[in-house]
Amino acid sequence: MAETFISRGFKGRARETDRAIKERIPPGQYETKDFPVLSAGPTPRTSLERWDFSIYGEIAEDLKWTWDEFRKLPRETVTVDIHCVTKWSKLGTVWAGVSVDTLLESINLEAQPVIGNVIAFCDGGYTTNLPLADIRGGKAWVVDEYDGSPLAPEHGGPVRLLVPHLYFWKSAKWVRGFKLVREDRAGFWESVGYHNYGDPWKEQRYAGD
Amino acid sequence: MARQLKWQLGTVVEIRQETPNVKSLILDVPDWTTHLAGQHVDVRLTSEDGYQAQRSYSIGSPPEDTYLMLTVERIEDGEVSPYLVEELRAGDQIELRGPIGGYFVWDARDGKNDGSPLFLVAAGSGIVPLMAMIRHRANWENRVPTKLLYSSRSYEDVIYREELHEMSANDSSLRVIHTLTRQQPPNWISYRRRIDRAMLADTAWPQVEKPLAFTCGPTAVVEKVATELLELGYEPERIKTERFGPTGG
Repeated sequence: MAETFISRGFKGRARETDRAIKERIPPGQYETKDFPVLSAGPTPRTSLERWDFSIYGEIAEDLKWTWDEFRKLPRETVTVDIHCVTKWSKLGTVWAGVSVDTLLESINLEAQPVIGNVIAFCDGGYTTNLPLADIRGGKAWVVDEYDGSPLAPEHGGPVRLLVPHLYFWKSAKWVRGFKLVREDRAGFWESVGYHNYGDPWKEQRYAGD
Repeated sequence: MARQLKWQLGTVVEIRQETPNVKSLILDVPDWTTHLAGQHVDVRLTSEDGYQAQRSYSIGSPPEDTYLMLTVERIEDGEVSPYLVEELRAGDQIELRGPIGGYFVWDARDGKNDGSPLFLVAAGSGIVPLMAMIRHRANWENRVPTKLLYSSRSYEDVIYREELHEMSANDSSLRVIHTLTRQQPPNWISYRRRIDRAMLADTAWPQVEKPLAFTCGPTAVVEKVATELLELGYEPERIKTERFGPTGG
């Protein structure tokens, strides 16, 4: 049915003809130049004096960075396309922060192959779950700058997770750390009907997709 | 593995002009199961050459209604909303799937909510998911004290105006407070400015009553409302937000 239905009289907006750009937009998405904001509740505001980033779970020793310590870690600037499950994609966004590989560096993860998943936790109680493999190997960052400026609170500042190869809700705002776990467990949006993994190229928007 | 939300065809039964820029589409969706007040659907349009565009729209009808109501504001440079508002006619079909979103929801049935007073704050077409809650509450004769603070540009831009008026006239536990930000009719006695701290302090249930707040509208308004409600002592987990920008069109 879905293959044959045509919306009478629908022409759509003038189509992007640049193949290079077209190929960067996943199915069902459209390009936006704005930066829309989506979140379930109020924007949390945590003072930088009280802020820290921690990694705990099934590892020998918990890790924790204060804001000053975090800011002294080796930094990377990345330019990536981002895709929100609400259909907008934004191309060529520029972020700066710390690679998750850098944060995980001191943990001998190869010695603990049972740890397969991570739960990112945030101010405001938000959580999101990801396979550990999806935040390693240069695929994820903890960022505190967007477009050359400190990340605004409504966009997740002081820091958010950036996992551009998954739908953007996985790039949790206001992230405060990772819990490394064996078993996968649904996070906030994942437990209210959104897809557990969220690959935009497979259009995994909702549970069952 | 959860069952996939399938694309379904809905047939337009009726189109209702709500305001100069807003229409309600009344849809017959034979395979619709049910939804919760506050949820939305994805709408997909397909052109003859196979091009597709998808957008999300809030459901305005309560779960009890036979037909599904989507209320759509025409976004000036939008792609999907101008089609839905201007091109679509009764008898046409559209593809949709849902319901989507299990957080910005309220259930009127006994035992499905904690009986707390509701403070609903809408700006513009942000009224749509809140209206589903208000209608649902009325259908179940639920009488939790409810206030709606609703910001519109002008009197003509107030979506569901007559229905809201009637509902509040017939239900002493429902209060509707309007603010008109750009233009007011003569003798307008209610607010005439954007929602601000003083207005929220005047209208919101006191924090001691453990209210539950839902706010929906453009990002800037929702940010403002959520921040001010925190200042008024509302618990963050009891302020539920739904934001949209012009890109929602």
